[in-house]
Amino acid sequence: MAEKVLMKGNEAIAEAAIKAGCMHYFGYPITPQTEIAAYMAKRMPKIGGTFLQAESEVAAINMVYGVAGAGFRVMTSSSSPGVSLKQEGISYIAGADLPALIVNVQRGGPGLGGIQPSQSDYFQATKGGGHGDYRLIVLAPASVQEMADLTVRAFDLSDKYRVPAMLLADGTLGQMMEPVEIPEPDVTPVEKPWAVNGTKGQRQHNIVNSLYLKPDQLEKTNFERFERYKQIEENEVMVESFMMEDAEYCIVAFGIAARISKNAVIAARKKGIKVGLIRPITLWPFPTDTIARAAEQVRGFLSVELSMGQMIEDVKLASSCKKPVLLCNRAGGMIPSPEEVLAKLDELIQL
Amino acid sequence: MIVFEKPKALTDAPLHYCPGCTHGIIHRLVAEAIDELGIIGKTVGVAPVGCSVMAYDYFACDMVEAAHGRAPAVATGLKRCMPENIIFTYQGDGDLASIGMAETVHAATRNENITIIFVNNAIYGMTGGQMAPTSLPGQVTQTSPYGRDVTTAGYPIRVSEMLSTLEGPEYIERVAVNNVKNVRAAKKAILKAFRNQVEGKGFSLIEVVSTCPTNWGMTPSKALEWVETNMIPYYPLGVYKDKTAIAENEGKEG
Amino acid sequence: MLTQILIAGFGGQGVLFAGKFIAYKGLFEGKEVSWLPSYGPEMRGGTANCSVILSDDPVGSPIVSAPDVLMAMNLPSLDKYEDACVPGAKIIIDSTLIERKVKRDDVDAYYIPATKLANDAGIPTLANMIMVGKMIREAGCISFDEMESALAKVVSAKRANLLEVNLRALQMGYNYEA
Repeated sequence: MAEKVLMKGNEAIAEAAIKAGCMHYFGYPITPQTEIAAYMAKRMPKIGGTFLQAESEVAAINMVYGVAGAGFRVMTSSSSPGVSLKQEGISYIAGADLPALIVNVQRGGPGLGGIQPSQSDYFQATKGGGHGDYRLIVLAPASVQEMADLTVRAFDLSDKYRVPAMLLADGTLGQMMEPVEIPEPDVTPVEKPWAVNGTKGQRQHNIVNSLYLKPDQLEKTNFERFERYKQIEENEVMVESFMMEDAEYCIVAFGIAARISKNAVIAARKKGIKVGLIRPITLWPFPTDTIARAAEQVRGFLSVELSMGQMIEDVKLASSCKKPVLLCNRAGGMIPSPEEVLAKLDELIQL
Repeated sequence: MIVFEKPKALTDAPLHYCPGCTHGIIHRLVAEAIDELGIIGKTVGVAPVGCSVMAYDYFACDMVEAAHGRAPAVATGLKRCMPENIIFTYQGDGDLASIGMAETVHAATRNENITIIFVNNAIYGMTGGQMAPTSLPGQVTQTSPYGRDVTTAGYPIRVSEMLSTLEGPEYIERVAVNNVKNVRAAKKAILKAFRNQVEGKGFSLIEVVSTCPTNWGMTPSKALEWVETNMIPYYPLGVYKDKTAIAENEGKEG
Repeated sequence: MLTQILIAGFGGQGVLFAGKFIAYKGLFEGKEVSWLPSYGPEMRGGTANCSVILSDDPVGSPIVSAPDVLMAMNLPSLDKYEDACVPGAKIIIDSTLIERKVKRDDVDAYYIPATKLANDAGIPTLANMIMVGKMIREAGCISFDEMESALAKVVSAKRANLLEVNLRALQMGYNYEA
């Protein structure tokens, strides 16, 4: 086993991406994710890779589009306002069926918002974000180790399905240091016969494109893409269940909110309250079945979020509103304490 | 005996351009340059949003369709991960000089080793004839129905002059395709812009003063005349930047 | 065992560095650790703080809102965090820069003129590590042995000559008697 080192979450993402064979990074400075760009600026020239500080988020995502089209692993990173700017390119990448990794180390919004941690880009990440019918594979790490591990996973899934992936973290996870063992994944390149890397006179020309002027063709393409989405929903859900075996109440939380909720679960259990935690690791595909099963078992759900309540809609949908779903939230960069979660849990129990 | 044939770098797809449009000529000049340099197998082109949006169907090399204005950024990505390949963009005035100006300027200042073919016909063609960043003062378009009023719409942007003030770019030339002599000069410039890339010299942009008979509301021959009488006086032809030539001259003088 | 440490002071006092050292020392002792800095504009010339958690179990929230240990390196930090400390908390105070005493009577306060000691010893940038030495002595959350290996992780290889003075600063703090 490799030695564990203390690393910031942002740095762990960058190093894991390099280990996953990502040799090309394009970005633009924005707090609280700038360490990713700084790390890449230091490392990429030494390993023959590309670091480029683009003129804008818009340019950066389109550079990613170019490299992804050529068939190489590529990434960009930003924080909420910057990710809004990238939505155009993300939609094109999705529409051209290209694999790529977009990292969003979220901060509070809307608008310029703040720089403190937030989860208020949940809708943007999981429901599309840009224009048109499309999905991103959205992975939500809850530790620095997962920042590294899920970065590798994101590249693999993205290549496998030709669907862009997003790592949805937040300012806390980006800035904090924890012991991490950087993964050493197998990086056998995936065959990409569709890539635009020159015909070499060996084949017809490839075209990377999202334009279909004939509506029946666009419809067909979209239906085919959604068949792939269905496969992802069937095969790639990742979820952690904590103390759910005998749970009468269920907290649903992801990322940093799940860590806080875990503390709350442990504290509640000490008081004899039978509560468990479901932590979606993939936000899309959402662990719908896990929530649906829990809805048969528990008396109520508590969605803990650093937003005005976004994931709660998916919890209600997945549980078919069979049981009450309450929201425990802080917003704008504030973070709920385990005590606040416990207080809200009491409310749920009193219902 | 074959006296005239289609360049290998063009596919058999019939072009969709309007009668009298000069995109066809410019496509051919690009394709001839690719053929003459023998680079078709390693060339990747980037199509814009605009009339030439479907250029990806016409060029026989690998092609990428970019978002509006982003072709230089996409080309940057392609070139950075495949430095041995030849990357070109083909863009109109709205794409390159309006929505994509930031991408254009920054690719130029980085001296990205790419080739940009910039087709300036002073109007938005695909959307039906709106004012472009290069529409002339007083030019009537759908969105400047009383003529371009420079007090509210500003002045046309002279892209070649502006970019030539930057340290970065290797080669910038403005050409036209309104008569045989100018087409020949355009051919030479486009070939040079590709050769520069093959030789690793850096960012080369050829601005091609072009026509839009349909949206200008002219016959093709009138449109060619209008290029001569109205466009070229505002957009003078010539080499605006040639770093290699300057360096060679300095060498001679030194 | 769970120890939540908050280190606070001016930007440039080495608050983050001190926290990183404590986190590494905890890691080498087999503990679960987390380190979380304040970030943003306040880092530039204003106050800086960092949360360090040492635990036998996996760390839940990395944010220290109720410190078991507070290292206050300037007055605004003491003003801001004194009330947040848990009853029985250990508060380490740089008495060169903070003239007042703690107001609470349910916490243990330790006063050490770290800045003066550092200046007198010719290591003016290492008041932070003198404070850490004192903190280890009083809070006991990590042991005062084999400091070199943790120091080697936080002092960059290019500046290995600084290992020794850091160690000296830690010892000065650890052995300080009022």
